Amino acid sequence: MSCCLDTDVLCRDLVQTGLFINNEFVAGDSQIETVNPANGKVIAKVEAAGEEQVNAAVDAAEKAFEEVWSKVTPQKRRDYMLKLADLVDRDNEELSQIETLDNGKGISFSRGFDVRELAECIRYYAGWTDKVHGKVIETEGVLSYTRHEPIGVCGAIIPWNFPVLMLAWKIAPALATGNCVVIKSSELTPLSALKVAALVKEAGFPPGVLNIITGYGHITGDLLARHKKVGKIAFTGSTNVGRLVMKAAAESNLKKVTLELGGKSPNLIFDDADLDLAIKWAFRGVFFNHGQTCCAGTRIYVQEGIYDKFIEKFKEHTSKANIGHPHDEATFQGPQVSQTQYDRIMGYIDTGKKEGATVALGGKRWGEEGYYIEPTIFTDVKEDMTIMKEEIFGPVVCVSKFKTDDEAIKLANNTNYGLASAIFSESNRRCIELAKRIKAGTVWVNCVNVLHANTPFGGFKESGIGRENGEYALDNYTQVKVVKMATTLSA
Amino acid sequence: MTAETQADIQTIKTQSGQTLKVHTHLFINNEFVAGHGPLIETVNPTTEEVICKVHSASEEDVDAAVQAAYTSYKNVWSKVTPADRGILINKLADLMERDQDELASLEAIDNGKAFSVARDDDIAGCIGCYRYFAGWADKIHGKVIDTSPDQLVYTRHEALGVVGAIIPWNYPLMMAAWKFAPALAAGNSIVMKTSELTPLSAYKFAALVKEAGFPAGVVNIITGYGHITGSALAGHRKVSKMAFTGSTVTGRRIMESSSTSNLKKLQLELGGKSAQIVCADADLKNAAKHAAAGIFNNHGQSCNAGSRIFVQESVAKEFIDLFTEQAKAIVVGCPFKDETNQGPQVSKGQFDKIMSYIKIGQEEGATLHFGGERVGDKGYFISPTVFTNCKNDMTIMREEIFGPVVAIGTFTNVEEAIELANDNEYGLAAGVYTSNHSTAIKVSNALLAGSVWVNCYDLFNNSVPFGGYKQSGFGKELGKYALLEYTQVKSVITLVDF
Repeated sequence: MSCCLDTDVLCRDLVQTGLFINNEFVAGDSQIETVNPANGKVIAKVEAAGEEQVNAAVDAAEKAFEEVWSKVTPQKRRDYMLKLADLVDRDNEELSQIETLDNGKGISFSRGFDVRELAECIRYYAGWTDKVHGKVIETEGVLSYTRHEPIGVCGAIIPWNFPVLMLAWKIAPALATGNCVVIKSSELTPLSALKVAALVKEAGFPPGVLNIITGYGHITGDLLARHKKVGKIAFTGSTNVGRLVMKAAAESNLKKVTLELGGKSPNLIFDDADLDLAIKWAFRGVFFNHGQTCCAGTRIYVQEGIYDKFIEKFKEHTSKANIGHPHDEATFQGPQVSQTQYDRIMGYIDTGKKEGATVALGGKRWGEEGYYIEPTIFTDVKEDMTIMKEEIFGPVVCVSKFKTDDEAIKLANNTNYGLASAIFSESNRRCIELAKRIKAGTVWVNCVNVLHANTPFGGFKESGIGRENGEYALDNYTQVKVVKMATTLSA
Repeated sequence: MTAETQADIQTIKTQSGQTLKVHTHLFINNEFVAGHGPLIETVNPTTEEVICKVHSASEEDVDAAVQAAYTSYKNVWSKVTPADRGILINKLADLMERDQDELASLEAIDNGKAFSVARDDDIAGCIGCYRYFAGWADKIHGKVIDTSPDQLVYTRHEALGVVGAIIPWNYPLMMAAWKFAPALAAGNSIVMKTSELTPLSAYKFAALVKEAGFPAGVVNIITGYGHITGSALAGHRKVSKMAFTGSTVTGRRIMESSSTSNLKKLQLELGGKSAQIVCADADLKNAAKHAAAGIFNNHGQSCNAGSRIFVQESVAKEFIDLFTEQAKAIVVGCPFKDETNQGPQVSKGQFDKIMSYIKIGQEEGATLHFGGERVGDKGYFISPTVFTNCKNDMTIMREEIFGPVVAIGTFTNVEEAIELANDNEYGLAAGVYTSNHSTAIKVSNALLAGSVWVNCYDLFNNSVPFGGYKQSGFGKELGKYALLEYTQVKSVITLVDF
């Protein structure tokens, strides 16, 4: 269940292509081709899971939970996870190359961000395993205490934009709290997850504790979301698919659901902002990862007084973006992940033009080969335009202006999404006050897209349910039981 | 100042024929430096021979160590990220695991505990402790508190700065771990004085601190007499907190010293005279096994030793027989022999003290049921000793003996047992053996002790807090609670609307 990649990239070991179930790589009921977005060529064929394989994975997880994992001490769980993190560090280069090849992100990012954060996230949660405390609550005549127990089998469905990082955000807290997991990677970027699977086996995890499968959302994902033995499903992806996951849970066993969905996050830049700083961050905020980030700051509102200056400098800064081949160390922006995504983004750019917005920069394909799109800035964008309302998920930003703080807040909150936001101002009062008024799960002040393993991340409104990262994520993967032992209470 | 000095590395031989190289200088600022205090001989309690001499710290050396800790905290350590602190602490655990045999040998030769116990209990415990607290480093959260709409209010749980620690000789490396691990996780720099009776293993540990990559000055390890080195550390004005484990007598001095210097925060783990209550409905075999471990573990040299046993009258004879069988089965001998359970007491001083208590016990009318003598004629070995027919006001029922000597009395009903257990100045730990659910809860609720064991004794876990009631001290070690001892809370109140 492996192959050598048909590329110019040296791979130390053969790349796994099977389904990772019960610590073995096995066949699926069909295959999916995964494509290199830098040149549109097929990299490899991977096994995809049908009903039989999804059932096998869930059964493996259930058995592992009942018979093995629930009897492993928290300290031992920690040791397995620390070992996995060490192996990720050891194989950072190989994992990074695979991630870059399959997703198209610059190699410096795969290495310096995605794969590094994978290890950090696992290490962070390894530290939680023996620190999940219940409470003892004073009640008369009764000893009352709570246990924060694992759910059992947890399912997860992750997207293609940060393949290994999204994997980490789900498996780390789930395993730390004592659950067994079946996780479906994106069919667009299956390879890095399978490399992690090989490390999971090497780290010594008992079979069935962590199962990693590939498949289409509407087949494999759906089977997982409605499986009656799965006690919880965690999904990251588009809001539309999030609705389907919630529906599947409702129609099956009312499994617990957490969702990390889309966003149309506002970035408010005030007259008194450090302009150069704001521009650097605003640029990263939207163009990082080729705009393929749920929390991208895709609506920029600039206060009147500095609007013209901002546009001029922002255009200049953006035009210097280094677009290039993913394996080039200097590349900031690689190709979009797939033809479909490319078409969708170009479609939005077209709509933007048709609806009357101005293309201040970009707006076209870049190069001859691969799914590259120029970093694109729209100005003269009205609130009701499609490109201002809908998530584009590409290197496209809409810039508009405002006068007062109240207006800024109104514009910021004028969306059904609520994932993240940013404020740029040197005024202490304004930053604290507005941070309170913005309806978003993250408010960045004088920075954007700054994430930490130990701070929570998640959305208000239609951007999702639940929080990932930090201590908060533990709640997603535990259920509270209260035990009340009567001592002196008479009937 | 002493004229006598010696090189840092000395070669020593264990009684099992092993040759080890040990550090004997003070560990300050990541270097082994000569001390200006007296050279101290450390004795092998199995052979009664001097192992080697070690350097001790004068007041001047203590000051140098504190300055190193202070400078490193201010300029370096306070700027290291929490996650990186966790990584360094985990590295330390890995190195202890790598060198566990050597560390265990040093414990066995210097303290006298069995090699296998040193390795499988003490050092395994240390490794677990460092790994546990490494995980806390980036999880020390303040709170945001909703006061009114025009304010932002939050708390920060900040490091204290320089922490001083004075540890005893009964679990040299483990007592060090219980202090180092939470102190470092919370971001403090530290100066630790080890016991002059057992200085060797910590100096070896110091080399691992350097190897792990801790910045210089974050961890400083010195040894010396309590009245010179300990006193200088306890009174130092740049030390923000003192964590002490040892006798209640010394604990009082440390508290006094804080009051006359800079009111440094204190944490005291002192003595105990912990009671084990055996009810008639207990599984007596289980009770005998755990109760025996409860007193005889570590040769009775545990602050939480279950040294008073109260057994319900109706099962007293049966229990005492089962208990004595356990005591008889203990193999007393050389720490390096595989079959040894119990090695010698740590020093002549301790040996003499324990033997005198055994004498007093007999003089006051308790029945010497088993043991009571020295074992062999070389080394500070004392037989596991069982006194029965003890009354709660006898000396051997009130004072901490710190040796393998248990005093057993009886009770008629559970309420009486609780009274007897609580009628003591100490309150470190306690045990209750019963098969009745309600009794277990009722008794554990009523006992005035920091740890209560039910149907077991002496079971520790790095995630569970430990620390005494009453004159057994204050403050908790281990578990999340320990972090409170090594942080200080700052409230930040920002007015926004004005």
